[in-house]
Amino acid sequence: MRTGSMSTVTKSEKVRTRFAVVRETRASTITLILAVSAIVILFALPAFASRVLLQELFYVFTMLSLAQLWNLLAGSAGLISVGQQAFVGVGAYALFAFTVIAGLDAVLSIVLSGALAGLVAIPAALIVFRLRGAYFAIGTWVVAEVCRLVLAQVKQLGGGTGTSLPPDIASSIVGLDSVRDFFAVRGPAARDMMVYWLALLLALGTFALVYRLLRSRHGLALSALGDSETAAESTGVDVFRTKFLIYVLTAVATGMVGALIFLQKARISPDAAFSLIDWTAYVIFIVVIGGIGSMEGPIIGVAIFYLLQYYLAALGSWYLMLLGALAIVLMLFAPSGIWGVISHSLDLSLFPVRRKLIAITGSVPDKDGKP
Amino acid sequence: MAMLETHDLTAFYGDFQALFGITFTLGEGETVAIIGANGAGKSTFLKAVAGLLPRPARAVRFDNRDIGALPAYDIVKLGIALVPEGRRLFSSLSVEENLLVGAYGRHTDGPWDLPAIYRLFPALRERRNAPSTALSGGQQQMVAIGRSLMSNPRVLLCDELSLGLAPIIIRDIYAALADIKQRGTSVVLVEQDLLHAMSVADRAYCFQEGRVSLTGRPQDLSRDAIHAAYFGL
Amino acid sequence: MLGWIDTLLQGVLLGGLYSLYATGLSVIFGIMRLVNLAHGDLIVLGAFLILAATSAGVPLIVACAVVVPIMFALGYALQSLLLNRALGRNILPPLLITFGLSIIVQNGLLETFSADTRRLDVGPLQSASLPIGGGIAIGIMPLIGLVAAVAVILLLNALFYRTAVGRAFRATSDDVEIAQLMGINNRSIYALTMGISLAVCALAAFFLGTRANFDPSIGPARLLYAFEAVIIGGLGSLWGTLAGGIVVGLAQTIGAHIDPEWQLLSGHIAFLIVLVIRPRGLFPRAVD
Repeated sequence: MRTGSMSTVTKSEKVRTRFAVVRETRASTITLILAVSAIVILFALPAFASRVLLQELFYVFTMLSLAQLWNLLAGSAGLISVGQQAFVGVGAYALFAFTVIAGLDAVLSIVLSGALAGLVAIPAALIVFRLRGAYFAIGTWVVAEVCRLVLAQVKQLGGGTGTSLPPDIASSIVGLDSVRDFFAVRGPAARDMMVYWLALLLALGTFALVYRLLRSRHGLALSALGDSETAAESTGVDVFRTKFLIYVLTAVATGMVGALIFLQKARISPDAAFSLIDWTAYVIFIVVIGGIGSMEGPIIGVAIFYLLQYYLAALGSWYLMLLGALAIVLMLFAPSGIWGVISHSLDLSLFPVRRKLIAITGSVPDKDGKP
Repeated sequence: MAMLETHDLTAFYGDFQALFGITFTLGEGETVAIIGANGAGKSTFLKAVAGLLPRPARAVRFDNRDIGALPAYDIVKLGIALVPEGRRLFSSLSVEENLLVGAYGRHTDGPWDLPAIYRLFPALRERRNAPSTALSGGQQQMVAIGRSLMSNPRVLLCDELSLGLAPIIIRDIYAALADIKQRGTSVVLVEQDLLHAMSVADRAYCFQEGRVSLTGRPQDLSRDAIHAAYFGL
Repeated sequence: MLGWIDTLLQGVLLGGLYSLYATGLSVIFGIMRLVNLAHGDLIVLGAFLILAATSAGVPLIVACAVVVPIMFALGYALQSLLLNRALGRNILPPLLITFGLSIIVQNGLLETFSADTRRLDVGPLQSASLPIGGGIAIGIMPLIGLVAAVAVILLLNALFYRTAVGRAFRATSDDVEIAQLMGINNRSIYALTMGISLAVCALAAFFLGTRANFDPSIGPARLLYAFEAVIIGGLGSLWGTLAGGIVVGLAQTIGAHIDPEWQLLSGHIAFLIVLVIRPRGLFPRAVD
């Protein structure tokens, strides 16, 4: 008798094994509750937190967003890019252009900057998708360099040396006046609160974007892609379109984060906006140490990275060498990162994006209606 | 005393188990055929013996030595050569270069050198400098066999020699095989072509879903028995 | 008109230098399908090693001759100890390992030698030039660089096409699984390949250091030029890489002729254009 038979027939009843796809795990439900509480607290934080704390959290939220996005590209879509700084920089320069030159509101400019980054991503993708694997990676780097060199030619935005954002721009964020009066603080402090909330919103938005994508049919397509492109294609997955969509969407979000980052910095230069170290090396490190391919990974990664940065950044070159060495050690001994180790040993999944096939055994009444 | 033997050989492709404990022997100078349906594990078996798949260290023995832990490039140096399924010639190498590469792992002297291969397969001599991909299927099979012979193996593992070849070409290949056997090489032949396989083999094994379902001398195996063993009925 | 001829000549000579950068990368692409993100930084490391030797009193040529085998050994060790452990279908580990290496080399050089720009001194050869009429002169060192680029390719092709080990390299590149059936130890082949790559980098370092100022941060740009040269030329062909290097060199000098600030951008644009119209490069050989 072969194993795995689906039905045994007895005289008066059929017992049939049915299967269902479930996504929620018990851990994920607990996480949801904890997460909602945490988010509420984070929103309320400016009421009693110091400016320094808000600025540090701003950095954490923006790096977390960038990490989630890079993780989506590399971990889920298999598109390993070392050129995402292109969209950070384009978004940042777009923000300066929209606010300074076009005189638009800062928050609106952030959204438009994201859209512009997405527009740039379209021809970039069409060119760079002609390369595969590691060659694709360097191709994205070339694209970033082109963006940097082109924008360095734009004199109205500071050319090669860069420019600063006039103070009234950042102070013109919609709602800032109300915040300033409500909390009875001065302009710069209110500005810190506003950008903090924007960063928190962006981080949540990024999570939502990634989560929705992974749960959608695109997410299913992505997991198939990850296993075998050829097989995925043969089942009808449009490989090109899926990758293209993910690449452009990621660029839009990355552009928005870049715009916000440089709104806060209030100063831009080609080297800063397109910095490989700041917007790619650190981001990749965060994803890799946390755990590539999972949504939980970047959260752990950014926490560890922040601590390392806080305590060791003063070491300068030695700090960077340490990060490089850590990345190497991780790739050799723990390629799925810290979350990978944890989730494998505990079989844990906090974000319900995976699909589990479970068997439900039940009895089906026969034609006489008896159970 | 068997020259080559496997004990309880298992093999996996990731989580998928392809072989479930194969026991197999090959004596000096013998020709053994392995038959079975697609997916029965025949090629997997040859790959495991040749070292291309991970296997338990004590599952394969050659000349009374455990060779399970050795990598493929050391196994060929011991004298076990695999002619892989689908020819798999080196596409950027010419015919002659493909043959010469076969000698890279040669550690013993023996009857097979370039002139000897060309005597065995005269058609190859005139195409010696052609890119290997420009040859017909039959000629590519000759190159593949010749390439493996260049290491002067004591055991030649042949995976689906007749796959995709016209009957007249298959006849030529098997004629060459007779020549190879005559020089004392032991041969393991994985074949879907039952007729040819059984006609040259001293013994045969039938694989079915990763297990040995039948073994014996061809003349002792009835057609019904083979049929049943082949399809698992 | 004369200005343009000079520009074209300079472009070809610059292409020779870029070809030297690119050949090491081309070899490891071709045989291992590996992208070494630290490639440019390793060229700069070579330049600093030569500098350190000359500072210790060793004559420049001798220093170069010594650094080449040192870099070969370094490449061999790098592959054997580190990169061979990350072999497999997943491209991320080797990519990130070489990325981490790039950061380590750059910052290590920064700590050891500081960010000051340096130069390798060839004495009178530095500014020596060969007049070829019409007021145009070709720099001797760039010319030697182009000759060296060609010589390296001739040497490597002789290795790959006329020796038994060369056949082993090519077989490994074609089908690493079956190559193992031939008795070829793929790990050793990879280690040798990386050794060759870094040895060529050492030679490239000599010409880098004598031609222009260098400092620890210029590695990534060299990687990009090398990469562009390889892709433009087409994977699997060393002569293609030379052609690719010359295309990048020409694009840069022509761009610079129009506007000096456009030099680098022109090279990148040329790369992107070739990628669009001839994605497999100008002289592709390998079927990847």
